[in-house]
Amino acid sequence: MTSTSKIPLKDGIEGFVSDWSSDQRAFKGVPWGKAMMWIFLLSDTFIFSIFLISYMTARWSTVEPWPNTSEVFALTVNGVSVPLLLIAIMTFILITSSGTMAMAVRSGYQKKRRQASALLYLTAILGLSFVGMQAFEWSKLIEEGIRPWDNPFGARQFGSIFFMVTGFHGFHVSVGVIFLFLIARKVQRGDYDTGRRGFFTWQKGRYEIIETMGLYWHFVDLVWVFIFAFFYLW
Amino acid sequence: MSESIIPESELEEVELYHPKSWWTEKVFSQDAKLIAIQYGLTAFAIGFVALVLSWFMRIQIAFPEMAIISEGTYYQFITMHGMIMVVYLLTALFLGAFGNYMIPLMVGARDMVFPYLNMISYWTYLISVLVLFVSFFTPGGPTGAGWTLYPPQAILGGTPGQETGIILMLVSLCIFIVGFTMGGLNYVITILQARTRGMTLMRMPLTIWGIFTATVLALFAFPALFVSAVMMLFDKLLMTSFFMPALVEFGENLTYGGGSPILFQHLFWFFGHPEVYIVALPAFGIVSDLISIHARKNIFGFRMMVWAIVGIGALSFIVWAHHMYVSGMNPYFGFFFATTTLIIAVPTALKVYNWILTLWKGNIHLTIPMLFCLGFIVTFLNGGLTGLFLGNVIVDVPLSDTYFVVAHFHMVMGIAPVLVILGAIYHWYPLITGKMLHDGMGRFHFWVTFVGSYLIYFPMHYLGFIGIPRRYYEMGQTEALYTSSAADLNIFITVAALAVGFAQLVFIFNVFWSAKNGQVAEKNPWNATSLEWRTPEQPPIHGNFGKELPVVYRWAYDYSVPGAEDDFIPQDVPNEKVTLAEGYSELGVEKT
Repeated sequence: MTSTSKIPLKDGIEGFVSDWSSDQRAFKGVPWGKAMMWIFLLSDTFIFSIFLISYMTARWSTVEPWPNTSEVFALTVNGVSVPLLLIAIMTFILITSSGTMAMAVRSGYQKKRRQASALLYLTAILGLSFVGMQAFEWSKLIEEGIRPWDNPFGARQFGSIFFMVTGFHGFHVSVGVIFLFLIARKVQRGDYDTGRRGFFTWQKGRYEIIETMGLYWHFVDLVWVFIFAFFYLW
Repeated sequence: MSESIIPESELEEVELYHPKSWWTEKVFSQDAKLIAIQYGLTAFAIGFVALVLSWFMRIQIAFPEMAIISEGTYYQFITMHGMIMVVYLLTALFLGAFGNYMIPLMVGARDMVFPYLNMISYWTYLISVLVLFVSFFTPGGPTGAGWTLYPPQAILGGTPGQETGIILMLVSLCIFIVGFTMGGLNYVITILQARTRGMTLMRMPLTIWGIFTATVLALFAFPALFVSAVMMLFDKLLMTSFFMPALVEFGENLTYGGGSPILFQHLFWFFGHPEVYIVALPAFGIVSDLISIHARKNIFGFRMMVWAIVGIGALSFIVWAHHMYVSGMNPYFGFFFATTTLIIAVPTALKVYNWILTLWKGNIHLTIPMLFCLGFIVTFLNGGLTGLFLGNVIVDVPLSDTYFVVAHFHMVMGIAPVLVILGAIYHWYPLITGKMLHDGMGRFHFWVTFVGSYLIYFPMHYLGFIGIPRRYYEMGQTEALYTSSAADLNIFITVAALAVGFAQLVFIFNVFWSAKNGQVAEKNPWNATSLEWRTPEQPPIHGNFGKELPVVYRWAYDYSVPGAEDDFIPQDVPNEKVTLAEGYSELGVEKT
């Protein structure tokens, strides 16, 4: 694509620097939207890391005992209490949606319009069911008396942190679901083939947007893995 | 410094939005230059509010018997002055205003990469400013918790503005961060991915390096403020106990318990210290460019300057707890953070040396921008040296919470960056408006501001040494604590502060007066090399560069090149097209 590749790079750190700082683009062949999403996700990583660090600090600073998570998060099926059942299903669904998302990216690049939009819709529906189950989990915990300011099972910080962090993550999932539906609709309508302009931004979109969306979706999934480990298994 | 290999363009043409109505052209504009001006005017408007607050505080400190404001109001004014100046004025001005205006022009782009997002960024910022401003008119007034908003006192009874002020402050900060993130992503990606042909990162002017690194810092530091603001909002509104230990207030047990106030301090300063460099790094970059242009000499040690900016940026993330030496954290932390803090002095000192060496034997033009640059170097050096006192745990402990601290940070991150902002406005005003600022008013403005700020802040060091605590509404009758010399000094400082304030009014008048009546600026009035002056029109129009984007052949610092007839070679001029001076066969080679 460019003649830059023909210029021999120096060895060692000097070559590394001149490669990075070279002409026009630091990341060759990376669309703007994708690069932006990476930087945004780095920034978002800081947000979630700080949430999790605050969670650890709260767990350590509180004087009351932390509730036993395998009891609090248990679901009673046929009179048998199964720990972490709901969460296992939720995690499974979210990780499955990451798979369908990856398949959507692939079909998008192959310009298989129908397949891509179907997979995007499927991803969105899986995401939606995740949010639905989270709502169910929240209402169950609230019924049992757990509140952001109170917790009958032990330290009150448990309720505060749990609702705040899963709420913030659920907000991310919800935003993702909205955008998944929007992009699925655009793909279905063929906007990226006809060059139809966005209603707000007035820009033409391209199939690369599916990959950018995918980055966000996988990130949300990855964050969930950490939340799962720190909240439910610890 | 020039290589002939210029790769073909690998950038897609940006499709610019063409406004169809007055509203989309002049108000909801997607043009980065107009967004920059909107950012700048909003920041100056709210900054002016903060300036006026400081006048009230100064009058109160100097003449406590007048009781011009009440105790509660004093704390509210201190809080709002600090927060507005640091976040809503300086951050917004450097990144929102200078970033938006300079990045596309200096890297040779037509606009930011996401113009729509850029527009939304400004309007979100405006909302955050309005939310903050509204708190002046709510019951209880704005928050008086100090700009650091330390819990538990920030949300408890007895602190002024704990009814609604603190809520609006936290909400406003969250909105600001959301808006900034949208803008910041734009700045970073425009610099990384949308430079013109030939513009390598190592040919970018240092202004852009400063803004770039500061934006990256902001994108990684603001999350800490965002999270702590959300958590404190929950503590206030939902009665959670993230930052609130068990407390007794007026003999009654509060419902809080088990939280950690120190956690807030850690989070706040994890944002707060990079914030210092978010303000300082663009100033470093801009001042490097201005010095080089107005001394007609290339910047000394360009690569070192770049690495120093990046190094300072990286180090700024591991020094935050030097703000917390007296907050009761583990003393071993203090040892670690004192070490990292003092290490930052190395790249910073390197930059100061390089500025001096750029001036050394330069052809110094004492234009107003240059005066402000010289003022900056001296002020920054002063502020930096007092930083060595405060960075050492053992020296910091007695100086904590005295006027010495006030003097230090006002010198280093108040006056110094503001001098750069003012210099930069005098420098780029011809580009932005096509007119020159009035020279006489400008010189008056500089001398009063520069000398005046020294008259304000130098005595404060002394006040700090004799132990006058900061944030006190009045010093009271205790002669032991408050000697008569301190009282006299406070009057002196107030008079100086009001004079400096008056000079800023002259400046504001100058900005508006010159836009209409100023002398029409010639093209590239300072004979600068960088691309913002190479647009077909001055001021540049939508799309910046006309039909074709410029191609860059050299770095931005080709001043006084031996062999060239002019004492500057613009970045988009190839070696073959440089007019040679008499007696030279090519650049740098004399005829034999």
